[in-house]
Amino acid sequence: MRETARKIQVRCEINGKPATLEAYPMARLLDVLREQAGLTGTKEGCGEGECGACSIEMDGALVNSCLVPVLQAEGAAIRTIEGIANGTELSAVQRAFIECGGAQCGICTPGMILAAKNLLARNPQPSESEIREGLAGNLCRCTGYTKIFESVVAACRAARPGA
Amino acid sequence: MRSYVPGYEMESPKTLVEALERMARESGMWKPFAGGTDLMVLLEAGKLAQRKFLSIWKLPELRGIEVSSSHVTIGALTTYSEVRRHEELRREFPLLGRAAAETGSVATQNRGTIGGNIANASPAADTPPALLVYDAELELVSSNETRWVQYHGFWKGYKKIDLRDDELIRSVRLARTTNSWKHFYRKVGTRRAQAISKVCFAGAARVTEGKIEDVRIALGSVAPAVLRATETEQFLRGEKLTATVVRAAQQALAREIAPIDDMRSTARYRLRVAQNLLAEFCQSIAA
Repeated sequence: MRETARKIQVRCEINGKPATLEAYPMARLLDVLREQAGLTGTKEGCGEGECGACSIEMDGALVNSCLVPVLQAEGAAIRTIEGIANGTELSAVQRAFIECGGAQCGICTPGMILAAKNLLARNPQPSESEIREGLAGNLCRCTGYTKIFESVVAACRAARPGA
Repeated sequence: MRSYVPGYEMESPKTLVEALERMARESGMWKPFAGGTDLMVLLEAGKLAQRKFLSIWKLPELRGIEVSSSHVTIGALTTYSEVRRHEELRREFPLLGRAAAETGSVATQNRGTIGGNIANASPAADTPPALLVYDAELELVSSNETRWVQYHGFWKGYKKIDLRDDELIRSVRLARTTNSWKHFYRKVGTRRAQAISKVCFAGAARVTEGKIEDVRIALGSVAPAVLRATETEQFLRGEKLTATVVRAAQQALAREIAPIDDMRSTARYRLRVAQNLLAEFCQSIAA
């Protein structure tokens, strides 16, 4: 196939900082974030929107970055796993994953944490079934999911006032 | 094998008029691209035949849900997440919210759109059965006209719909006439989350003292297109729900669906499940 497209400049905000990306318009946001912005915390699993390893937030909405052409990131506020901790201070969800053994090989973990953070931002005290639904788009081949589920429950408990 | 990304062009027109003019001037050259949940999968698999795309994702004219006294009009770019959050839709058209909740994961629901689900025209899509049950009408726009068509009849065959190369789906309109009806939706897949349907069943009925006054039934994944089971509906109209009537309705359904064997299921299983879901629907509306 011939090169017919021209690279474009995409202005957006990544983890709170303004950024300009330069790429072919249909390059996957996943690849541009990893290769150009150097944010390799976002992983590729399936590349077809089934596994959630590449989950990021765009304007507050959880999306699979493998399914977003970079052109559509123009003007968007993007948050990746690198933008979850506050400096060196981990978020409650990250701490809970460590404490509950929610991470093993680590490939699904960034996506799991993004999905969990996004769920808790929308719904700070989710029910068990709401947690399961919030994580349903993220596949893990190590943990059997129980420890991941428990990590999110623990993060909710930590966030509850008076806890 | 993955596609060669530099070979694909994408532009983002600023307005609907600009998009439609481009589609009219270079008819068939530009394919509209919304949330990308279907098209990007094809790109990754190296199966994206079209080379030029118009990103319509940010067109404000295709967004928003409007409620009037007679209709709810849903902009084509309304995402599954927006459908699920909308109060009137949830209350009056529960099948649509159920279908949206059954489509992919949170991340898919944030990007996938109602218009995209219609235009992609997959026989296994989950919102079309709900839209068919609610007698949805589609607003199709091009640079020189706007036309309204019934969604029932919009399908012309496998992945074929009555949408011209220069047209966009602008909105979907539902009449607010089924509020007091009983609604039933069930999708059967390999697993609860993220599965593509083996069979998907949507139904609604108006029942008075055990008699079916009116009924609408639609199914996905049992024919080349999502279909309204009009013969079965016709048979059920005016009937009281006895075991004999349900059995006869199941036979009527078998005559009008055409399931196949494929990677996800078998024709035999799909037929049995479709008939079982019909029985479950009858039971739920009789209760």
